[in-house]
Amino acid sequence: MVDKTVLARQFIEAIPHAKALGLDLTHIGEGEAEISMPYNEQLIGDPRTGVIHGGAVSAMLDTCCGAAVMSHPSAPGGTATIDLRIDYMRAATPGQSIRTRATCYHITRNVAFVRATATDDDGDRPVATASGAFTVEGR
Amino acid sequence: MGIARLRPHQVHLPWKVAEMARPRPEPMQLVKQRRDAALTALVEGVPYIQFLNITFDRRGDELTGVLNFDDKLIGNPFLPAIHGGVTAAFLEVTAVITLSWEHMFPRIESGEIGADDILTDENIRFPKTIDFTVDYLRSGLPRDAYARAFINRSGRRYASVRVEAWQDNHAKLFAQGTGHFLMPQSPTSKA
Repeated sequence: MVDKTVLARQFIEAIPHAKALGLDLTHIGEGEAEISMPYNEQLIGDPRTGVIHGGAVSAMLDTCCGAAVMSHPSAPGGTATIDLRIDYMRAATPGQSIRTRATCYHITRNVAFVRATATDDDGDRPVATASGAFTVEGR
Repeated sequence: MGIARLRPHQVHLPWKVAEMARPRPEPMQLVKQRRDAALTALVEGVPYIQFLNITFDRRGDELTGVLNFDDKLIGNPFLPAIHGGVTAAFLEVTAVITLSWEHMFPRIESGEIGADDILTDENIRFPKTIDFTVDYLRSGLPRDAYARAFINRSGRRYASVRVEAWQDNHAKLFAQGTGHFLMPQSPTSKA
């Protein structure tokens, strides 16, 4: 069997924007995915505090949800976002990496339903949560 | 119609009446310079907006966000298509900048807020995103994209904003979004 971590790395390497954000796919499989992103000054949204822009967190959550869909045993191929809602709970602490975890909790022949959470070093207080619907593409 | 009702001595000096009613308009260059400087400060002060290379076109107080295409914005290299997360970020940036701009516009016009204040004054705060929902209508092509935000309601504490994004044809949106924002509380009000 092919090493999952190698596959995960190749998946991220193939997405130019994931590379630009410095995303690291730390876990994937069975409809779940985890991505981490190191703190990067280029992604600051509020220069006075150094807090990462919500848009960068959205991009991470979207990538993580997509990866979770593709890793689902019933997903034959690629996927695309139909709709994604992000709730921002609090600002991510400057200087800390952000981690996202996504679960594809239901999948039909055409649609995959996904939930995701983003946290920083304080794993008990989410920075943001996401829920969305994704397409299920044929082979 | 109005002229007929005026007494003869008023008809001779209509400019005098106008002069007393309102001050002379400012020179156009001055107005443009002030508005553009404030907008530049608002946009270029944010590293993430530079990272995505989003710029804004301004016509009066109306803004159009421009997502200047670059290969690093691609999410699906096989199509290729713009990353869904980039689309979400582009819509959100356009919403926040438009909301901040409209919120500050009267104070920019009165001269109360200058471009330098936007970058340095601690009392000038920006709206914070509460939630944001994106509708992906078609895949984003590997070329420039445009977005415009419409403020549904901007109250004392909360605002609701709708954003639409298109590429070659404005009638064919490739994404739209709605978001809710927490408005900055002025230091005088207790918050």
